[in-house]
Amino acid sequence: MKIQDEKSFDELAGKQYKYGFVTDIESDSLPPGLNEQIVREISRRKNEPEWLTEWRVKAFKHWETMEQPTWAKVEFPPIDYQAISYYSAPKQKISAPKSLDEVDPELLATYEKLGIPLREQEVLAGVVAVDAVFDSVSVATTFRGKLEEMGIVFCSFSEAVQKHPELVRKYLGTVVPYKDNYFATLNSAVFSDGSFCYVPPGVRCPMELSTYFRINAANTGQFERTLLVADEGACVSYLEGCTAPQRDENQLHAAVVELVALGNAQIKYSTVQNWYPGDKDGRGGIYNFVTKRGHCRGDNSKISWTQVETGSAITWKYPSCVLKGDHSVGEFYSVAVTNNLQQADTGTKMIHIGKNTRSTIVSKGISAGRAQNSYRGLVRIQETAENARNFSQCDSMLIGDRCGAHTFPYIEVGNPTAQVEHEATTTKIGEDQIFYCNQRGLETEEAVNLIVNGFCKEVFRELPMEFAVEAQKLLGISLEGSVG
Amino acid sequence: MALLEIKDLHASVAGKPILKGINLTINFGEVHAIMGPNGSGKSTLSNVLAGNEAYEKTAGEVLFAEQNLDDLAAHERACAGMFLAFQYPVEIPGISNMYFLKAAVNAVRAYQGREQLDAMEFLDFVETRKKVVKIRDDLLERAVNSGFSGGEKKRNEIFQMAMLEPKLGILDETDSGLDIDALRIVADGVNALRSPERGFLVITHYQRLLNYIEPDFVHVLVHGQIVKSGGKELALELESEGYASWSGEEGP
Ligand SMILES: Nc1ncnc2c1ncn2[C@@H]1O[C@H](COP(=O)(O)OP(=O)(O)OP(=O)(O)O)[C@@H](O)[C@H]1O
Ligand SMILES: [Mg+2]
Repeated sequence: MKIQDEKSFDELAGKQYKYGFVTDIESDSLPPGLNEQIVREISRRKNEPEWLTEWRVKAFKHWETMEQPTWAKVEFPPIDYQAISYYSAPKQKISAPKSLDEVDPELLATYEKLGIPLREQEVLAGVVAVDAVFDSVSVATTFRGKLEEMGIVFCSFSEAVQKHPELVRKYLGTVVPYKDNYFATLNSAVFSDGSFCYVPPGVRCPMELSTYFRINAANTGQFERTLLVADEGACVSYLEGCTAPQRDENQLHAAVVELVALGNAQIKYSTVQNWYPGDKDGRGGIYNFVTKRGHCRGDNSKISWTQVETGSAITWKYPSCVLKGDHSVGEFYSVAVTNNLQQADTGTKMIHIGKNTRSTIVSKGISAGRAQNSYRGLVRIQETAENARNFSQCDSMLIGDRCGAHTFPYIEVGNPTAQVEHEATTTKIGEDQIFYCNQRGLETEEAVNLIVNGFCKEVFRELPMEFAVEAQKLLGISLEGSVG
Repeated sequence: MALLEIKDLHASVAGKPILKGINLTINFGEVHAIMGPNGSGKSTLSNVLAGNEAYEKTAGEVLFAEQNLDDLAAHERACAGMFLAFQYPVEIPGISNMYFLKAAVNAVRAYQGREQLDAMEFLDFVETRKKVVKIRDDLLERAVNSGFSGGEKKRNEIFQMAMLEPKLGILDETDSGLDIDALRIVADGVNALRSPERGFLVITHYQRLLNYIEPDFVHVLVHGQIVKSGGKELALELESEGYASWSGEEGP
């Protein structure tokens, strides 16, 4: 029975995402290739002010002098940056399936398991465009009206450039400068779109931003740029991503997220990432090279990153906090799952500058199949950071014996009053644990699910309620077929 | 119909033959005890019955309520009413005992085509079962067996058994590591669960347990074979004479 199951699983895996990567570039796109001309053209088509055009060009010129970093513990063939097209019109239709009947049945089965309503399934699978579904409902409009009343700006990055250029100009690149790193620099030159949010002083955003549609984060493009600013005493919780596997024709994703928290402000940024990981032999799949950083600029500010990463062939991602304000707090809670041939090199950086700054890192890495999962974390306590504290906990779980987990903690302490604690564990899901669960009536997959969810509990606790439930299901689906 | 029929069962672990032709029939309502020296194959027998894949059945046949065990995966055997109280219960960090039990109870109920218990019904059920096997509330809240003392783990096994209401309860040295009071509580629990619809296979080294749980039959397992069977008086005999007469030159 088992062998049969495996076979049909393999067959399905072979079919998976068959429809996902057919590209048919319409005339609205720029030809592949990257040069100054292209960068200027992107900016022109987006009708951007001159300062932004020049900023992009500066980034591009700098990028030309850089080399792709090689320090991460991931392996992939060289990327041909000249083969990528850096601009597609926003509503461009890729050769989309015409109905759900044309969509990979395994993908639909996954949506089913996640309990995603049919209309949303259509959007996710690329059958219908988001606005086609929701224009009639106009939930989005109502929602935005409510936010505007409170003075909260929440819109696409492009729209923000047109409507609030002063805000964009004031904060863009102040957290992740255009020279920051290879992928961030590339993003600065060619970024397509993304989200922008500004919460004015003293305002608490009354809802989780971006959770109102599961799919509004879909189709965000390859070089996404997000900027979130919480002004003095403001408070906002933002959710990025989607538990459903997303159909996406771009292999390389190099996003940048910048967060700014002024005095007494709080930002909670949660991510669920489930992009196409490639087939079981590692073909296809998204390369996810993301730069995420938050600045706690003011005293008593707080930035909290929570992420559940199950997708992508390669993930390279280190959401960081720069704790500049006195008494500011940085948190990082992460679950990274890798199965089959997925590779993840993720972690965080906590840079303590202000007095009495505190940071917490809880990282849970799970590897199955032949996957490699690395945690890389930097805790730096600068001279000025009197009484800084950090607590880091990095736990790895291995499922099977062909996968790997690696931990690379870097700790730099420049002030003797600092207290830095680091704990690391590696556990293996034991055959004996699974048998114990089996003996109590639980199937092996359910058993793995249970054990893994127990392992990740501390992180799931940090997710917004509704998403925590979805994340649990997602984990189960990601690890399906990894045991037995 | 017999509850369990073991016919000429052979099994190996890591390529090494351990069970060498076991024959044993347990009828509904009966309690059988198995005694035998260390390493004779008692836990191997319970693992083979429960379907642990680390143990390979090499010959013979086992029927559980007339179903051939070969047709049932480990979780299906559990759902069909076989319960093993482990000699060494494993720890599962991060999952509360209650949560785990709810998942288990509902998995078994689903298999048997019975309705799922919701949170409230489950809590009520826990309360009724706590009357059968006393267990401290904090143990129910804590992660499965994590940091439990040896005796607490054993008691938790019996509590799980009371929750899952199996047809056959296999107790692998549940009495080892129990203090005298706990032994009583566990034995009382088992006795409360004794019924004409249920049977038990009790593995133990000590006659003392059998004073509390009176067996209908006692079997002596040596070198992977049942070398003698008898009534409960056989346990007393063993207590005074040991296994020397069966151990031969392979013995300790
Ligand atoms: N995983 C294993 N690998 C190798 N040998 C094993 C394994 N499991 C059991 N054995 C061997 O099988 C034999 C029978 O072991 P078993 O655990 O069934 O004995 P037992 O009768 O339960 O003993 P005890 O009274 O000490 O619990 C022993 O020699 C043991 O070392
Ligand atoms: Mg034993």
